[in-house]
Order: sequence, then C-alpha cells, then structure tokens
Amino acid sequence: MMAHLPKRSPVVQGTAPPYRALRGNPLSDAEFRTGVLTTAWTPTLEYAWDAGEAISEFLDGLRQGKILGVRCRRCGRVVTPPRAFCELDFKPMDEWVELASTGTVNTFSICYVTWDMKPLRRPQLPAVIEIDGTNPRGGFLHLVGGVPGRSVEEIRRRVRVGMRVQAVWKPRAQRDGAITDIRYFAPVASGRSR
Amino acid sequence: MSDRVAIVGVGIVPLRVQSRERSFRELTFEAAARAYADAGITHEEVDSFVSVCEDFHEGTSITDEYTPDQLGAVLRPVHTVAGDGLQGIAAAVMLVRSGIADLVAVEAHCKASNIVSHQQVLAMALDPAYERPVRVTPHAIAALEMRRYQQDSVIPDEAIAMVVVKNRRQALANPVAAHGSSISPEDVLSSAPVAEPLRTLEISPYADGAVVIVVASEDAARRAPKPVWIRGIGWASDSPWLAMRSWGQASYAQLSATMAYTMAGITDPPREISFAELDDTYAYKELQHLEAAQLASRGEAARWIMDGHTRQGGPFPVNPSGGSLGMGYCFDATALYRTGAAVQQLRGEAGRVQVRNASTGLVLSWRGVPTQTGGAMVLGAL
Amino acid sequence: MSLMKRKPTRRVAVIGAGLSLFMRRALETGKELSYYAASQALETCGVRLKDIGAVVMATAPDAFDGVHMKGEWLLDGAGATRKPYLRAYVGGGSGVFSIISGWMMVASGLFDLVLVVAEEKMSSCQPHPQGAFLTIFDQIIERPLGPNLLWIFSLEQHRYMATYGIRNDDIARVSVKNKHNAIAHPAAQVATEITVKDVLASEVVAWPVHRLMVSPVSDGAAAIVLASEKVASRFTDKPVWVQGVGWCLDTSYWGNRDLAYPRYVEKAAKMAYEMAGITEPRKQIHVVEPYDPFAYKELHHLEGLQLADRGKAPEDLAHGRFERTGELPSCPSGGLMGVGNPIAAAGLMKVCELFWQLRGEAGARQVPGAPERGVAQAWGDLMQVGTVAVLGLQ
Repeated sequence: MMAHLPKRSPVVQGTAPPYRALRGNPLSDAEFRTGVLTTAWTPTLEYAWDAGEAISEFLDGLRQGKILGVRCRRCGRVVTPPRAFCELDFKPMDEWVELASTGTVNTFSICYVTWDMKPLRRPQLPAVIEIDGTNPRGGFLHLVGGVPGRSVEEIRRRVRVGMRVQAVWKPRAQRDGAITDIRYFAPVASGRSR
Repeated sequence: MSDRVAIVGVGIVPLRVQSRERSFRELTFEAAARAYADAGITHEEVDSFVSVCEDFHEGTSITDEYTPDQLGAVLRPVHTVAGDGLQGIAAAVMLVRSGIADLVAVEAHCKASNIVSHQQVLAMALDPAYERPVRVTPHAIAALEMRRYQQDSVIPDEAIAMVVVKNRRQALANPVAAHGSSISPEDVLSSAPVAEPLRTLEISPYADGAVVIVVASEDAARRAPKPVWIRGIGWASDSPWLAMRSWGQASYAQLSATMAYTMAGITDPPREISFAELDDTYAYKELQHLEAAQLASRGEAARWIMDGHTRQGGPFPVNPSGGSLGMGYCFDATALYRTGAAVQQLRGEAGRVQVRNASTGLVLSWRGVPTQTGGAMVLGAL
Repeated sequence: MSLMKRKPTRRVAVIGAGLSLFMRRALETGKELSYYAASQALETCGVRLKDIGAVVMATAPDAFDGVHMKGEWLLDGAGATRKPYLRAYVGGGSGVFSIISGWMMVASGLFDLVLVVAEEKMSSCQPHPQGAFLTIFDQIIERPLGPNLLWIFSLEQHRYMATYGIRNDDIARVSVKNKHNAIAHPAAQVATEITVKDVLASEVVAWPVHRLMVSPVSDGAAAIVLASEKVASRFTDKPVWVQGVGWCLDTSYWGNRDLAYPRYVEKAAKMAYEMAGITEPRKQIHVVEPYDPFAYKELHHLEGLQLADRGKAPEDLAHGRFERTGELPSCPSGGLMGVGNPIAAAGLMKVCELFWQLRGEAGARQVPGAPERGVAQAWGDLMQVGTVAVLGLQ
C-alpha cells in the first residue's frame, strides 16, 4: 500500500528554508529494534478515581437500568452525562431527571483496528448517542451493536446518522454501576427518525 | 496602562487526606466559586484562565481537556501550564501586563489519594537511560541533596527535626491543614528511615484539595475589596540531570528569588521581607530555601529554627501556614496553597496563624524531586 | 463583543526559525532534536543563547516518552538551563500555543528575547504511540468502552460529512495537495505524488477515515526566536510581527457539542483577528497554515477560521482556491499530512512556514503575490481547543 512513498524529501538540504541542512538520523524499524542502544521500561501506573457526587449518582442509575440526567434551574438545559454544576451558569445543578433509554445516533464510525493498529476480527461501531429527554439534544460516547455485517457497505445500510437506537442492558445481576452496564445501543426496529 | 498586578481573589478547599465524595471537578468548582466570590466577580468577568496540572498526577493524557467546565471557562481562553504553581501565576501576570486581560484565574487541584502507584509515578520523572535503572526510591534523590546540604551549611539533625515540629504544630491552628499534630523532635528522629539521612516524618504527607487564585490588573484591583500586590515574580530551572547539579544549593531558588527581588526593587531581603512561605516538601528544604532566598546566611537557618526565630510569633516567621509538612503536600497545587496563605497574611485574614505586622511576604516554590525548577514571588500589602 | 480587554501595547516579532528533520523514528533523543531546532533558530538570526531571557517549551503527552514531567527532562536541550523556563501544554494545540506563550513573555515587557521550542518524540512509545492516547478519555465513563484515538477523528469526520453532504473524495484531495506541497519541504517525512484514487483505495482504518488520510507518527522539533520591538531591528531588517493571538477551549462534554463545526477555532480566530485589526479575513489574510492531522481537519479548520463558508471548504478546495497558486494558499508547507506530525513541533513548523513565506524566503514553496499576512492554527485536546496566531509584515 505504501510502496510508492519515498523515504525522505527529495529536497537537497540547504536549498530550501531555512537554507541550512536539517539534522536528524532516521532509523528503520529494524535498526531501531536491533541496531541501536535502547532502554525499555514498562510502567505500572494505577489510579483509583473518585467518581464524585454527580457521576456516582449516574453510575448508580446505570446499575438500576436507568440513564440519568440533570436539569439546570437557571438555563433549563437537561444534560447527560450529569454534572454537579452547570458549566455555563456556574451554579450547582441538583434537579435529577430520569431520561429515556432511547436516543438518536449523532455520529458513528466503523473501526477495523485496535489502538496499536492490529486488525479486529469484527469491527467496532463507536458512536455519540443523543439521549431522548436531553435539551438541547446531547449525550455521550458509546457503541452501536446488534448489527450484522462486516463491510462498510453492509454496516452503512443498517446504521445511519440520525437513526433511532435503544440501549441494550446487561442483565441486572451483571451490572456493576458502570457505563458498560449498557452493552450497546441497537437500532430500533421501526427505522429512522427525522 | 500600569504594569502593577495584584491578587484579588483566593478560593481554597480545605486539604484532606481523602476526598472520596467529590471528584476533582467538584473540588475545583468549589475553589473557583470561593475565589470569584472573594474577588467580588462572576465567572464571566474573568478574561483568561490558567490551569496548573500534570498528566501523570491525574492519570489522564492531555489533562488540559478537563479544565474549563469547573472554572466557568467554557469557550474562553484557557491554557494549562505543566509546571510549578508560580509559573501559572507568572503566566497570569504576563497576560495582565500584555494588556489583553484584567482578570486571570489560576487553578490547581490535587487528588493524591487517587494515585495508587505513587512510587512508580515519581520514578517516571527520572531519566530512563541513566537514572531510572538505578531503581532507588526517588526520595533518595532528596536524601542525597539533604546530606550534602547538611554538610555544607553545618545543619544538625535536630534542626531539621525542629522544622517538622514547628510546621506540624502550626498546622493545628490552620483550619485548611490536613496534617496538624503535636510531635517532638525525638518522634521525628526516631521515625523510620526512608533513605538515609531522610526519615519518614521529614517527608510531607499527601493531601487532596483545590485552590484558585484571581490575578488582576491595577485597574481591576482598585475595584476589588482586598488586593494584595505582586511586587515581583521569578522562576527558573537548572539542569534536570542528577549528574549536573550543584548538590545542596537550590540554584533554582537563588535564581528565582533574585529575579523576583529585582522586579520588586528589594535590595536587602532579610530587612524588607516580613515573613515567608517556603517550600518544605522535605523538612531540610525549608532551611535550604531560607538560605537560597538570601533571607538567612549559611548556618543561620539552623540557628534560627533552634531558637524559635522562625516561628509564628518570632522575628521572621517561616511557613506560618504549617507548610506542606503541616498542611499536606498537594503536588501542582502546593505553590498556590502557599500563595493563598501568604495573601491571607497580608490582608490580616489569617486568623489563628496570623503573623503580626505582615507587610511584605515571599512565596518560594519547588516542583519536587527530581526537578531543579521553582519560583519566587514577593507580595506586598501596598 | 470584544474578546480582550484592550489591544496589547508592546509589539513582538519573530526574527528566526529552525527545524530538525521530521522522521518516523529518530536516533536522536528529544533533547537532541530540541537542540537541533533551537540552535538553528538562534544561528539564523545571530542571537546568542546567553542573550535569551526566557525559554518556552511545547511538547504533547508525557506518555509518548514514558517520562513524568517531561518538560523538565527536555529543558537542557531547549537551551533553558538556569533560565526562566515554562511549558504550556494544550494537547495538539501546543505547537501554535507555544508562540502565544512566547508572545505573552515579550508583550508583558518582562523579556526582550525569548526562545520558543516545540518538540515531539513519539517513537519511544511501544508498541504504538497511539497508546499514549488511550488515556485522553474520561476516566470513568469513557475508558471502559475501550476507545482509541482514531475514534474521535472518525466520529468528527463523519459528523462533518453527514451534516454538509461532503464525500470522501472531497476530503481525499487534502491528502493529495499536502503530500504534493511537501515535496518541496526539506524536513518532510511523507511527501509524495498521490491521487484521490490512491487515498480511497488505501485501507479503511475507522470509516470514514482511510489510512492515507492520516498524518504519520513522527519525531521532530521546531523553534523560533521572538524579539521585542526594541531589539528586533538589531537582528534582522525583516521582522515578522505577531499581529494577533487567540485561543479558546470548549467544554469537555464533547457528546453535548456539535462536532460538525469547530466553534472554539472560530472564537480563537476572532480573538486573534480582533487583535490584528482584521475585519475581512478572506481579503486580509494571504496565506494560511491550518492544522491538518487528518485530511478532513484542514477543511474543518478553514471553516472555523472564517476562511470558507460552513460546509463549503471542500468545494473551494476542488476549485483550486487553496493551492499554492490559488486565491488563498493553504498548507503551502505540506502540512502535517505531507511534512509529518511530531505533534507540538508540527504546529510550530506551520509558524516557521509563515515566517519564511512572508519574508519571501520560501523558495520552491513560495506562494506568489508577496503575501503580507498569514494565519497559523492548531487544535487539540478532545476536539476542544483552538490556538491561532496572525503574523504579518507590518
């Protein structure tokens, strides 16, 4: 795929600004691994983050099979993921709202690789889901699932921006109070909205 | 347009060993709300925002992402200084002096309690090829410096222990402090060795918190209830290499203090400065910084701590807040907590830890092991 | 409504610039790369390190290097030993924020000569530098989903395409233009002639993103020297003035934002334009270096910069408006897509490009018509931050 890419700019050093040779010694992958001296370190970094008031409530809601939001008394926005204060009015937000488990796909992608660029057996479908009941419409990152097919064409036939989706939950006993208590959002049988 | 800059708002969340019920966002929201109220402003009136934080303290890459909401800074000019708290204040000072901002909020928070692998995080600050493979606790670097400093300045172990005693006792009177206690020099000297000559009680213990400081132009300061003037500010970094430093000398402190004094027009620091909040991440540092900031001559720092010269009621109070030893060490927020404490002194609002006749204070900070980076700031009531 | 309290009174100029090669993996350490760029910037304008009052460093995630507080670790390579040194870090926006950071140092009156260095060494991070980005996501409600960096780009690109009816061919043209432009850039890592067909035939990594729409992993450094008006003329008779700076950070709640349009780039641009006295950006800006880590981003950012109508940048591109010889040359350097993407260094590389373009020194990359004013822009964090600098001859 990349065979036609040259290794280095053909510009003769010194003939383009800053009109001095640019320094640097490029290495190939093989040279990097075996040709030069390197030091390796594998960090073990562990953190235990306090979820805080708002997110703890949200996670608790997820355990109960609910998506919660909060409403700002001042500007009237209803938002999720919930927060303890309205970031626009800079006032506490404490009016909790139970939102629907349905929503709309704001955007999605079809990802075929892992973070270190290895092929996935089945593509992942990350998406931003706008949750029903929010105002203005908004939501959070999650996954679209329950969609057969592997190729871009197959998946795009079944998943669209603006499509209606429904949360598919883990069974009660398996929920931890985590975002993954929702397995994924699946297309709603009745088709597209808008 | 004047170049004078003041601090007009301080918002402090009391330091605590744990802060389980609240996330870092919620802690910072409280600090910001308090700071803006203290300054008599709304979040909308702030022109620019600076956050002081480090990725590995948060456990997040590009932690700048998570800064604006809790400052009321959505869609505003916000930037992160991955550095010392006084560098954050310096950025605010420069923004004000450039003319484009009259009010700048500077934020830092700490969730040390959320870091499980402390030693790993600290160890990762060492050079991977030359320094990390030695595999000693990073506290050993402080210990190396401590031994050298003790020798050069002739500091007895008891003097260092007295720093701990003074600061932890002082913290009992400071409602914001997490580690106030009544201990004796013997308690300190018999505490478990960490890396000789450094002992456990000579290392400031961690605490969680958040602090916001509001910096203002002269115009804006005149409208604020209680301005305290930044007469001078300085910051400097000496070589990061362990092999390339003048062990024991805290050169970053010398350079920073000189820069701040020059800006403030201070030519005789011991006479012109009334009190100081100096970094005491490790107890010996308080003495070392006292000397490096030209407030005490070599050896004088040890005499002073032994004869009470630097206690709250003494001739030259040092760390009346209780320092990090007494308040708690809170990483990137440390320098801003000391700034807040100094501002309260100069306003006469320090309550039980109030220093008498405080007119000019020095804040001196250090980024901690293994850095040679720090800052200095001269604050004045007028 | 004004985005600043008042215009700054002290003028700041760029008087020198330097680069290292941009490489997939360099033998050199980050300190050494910084040294290459910094020493070259100083050499080109005859400023000695001892005359530099302060140093600013821009470098993106510490996780690339596996070094905590890596700003400290790099400072000797940036010439900052025993000087006031500061690292400002706004993710991918850092490269252009670095000149803003340096600008405030001089504009404050505290320093007359400031060295600005931007460095990145991504190759240390194994098995792949993308690993450093696993932790950009929310600790509690995002990371458990296993997101990777490609997700945010593909989600944003798709939203942009769906909102305006833009197709992948339109976007692929950016890869073609920039990789071609980079052929004339001595630092370039991935300069080449390709076609839209090549781009669309390249592997789909995260649809709609194809591999040839992604800028490469890189090691490299860039540096500039800033001077106050008082001293600039001592070192050059062609100072390039920092006419305006702007920056803006949007909410971290990106699921609550419309990804189709970078409103934070707009706001940052408006701040910089206000400072520079620009009222008609499309007429008054002659060359632009928008941030292009992925092909669609150049288009997205041109719209945010007010240089194309919303959703219309692809059309303008197709009509040749953004070619070097077009009405508004965009990424004449070859951008990140062509030169390479050592993150912070890439942003400052764009500033260097404007420096040479405005002085008429860009050689084979020179845009015609004697441009007098240019804009450099970078972007970063979770698709949240816009950093903008306007440079000009007046």
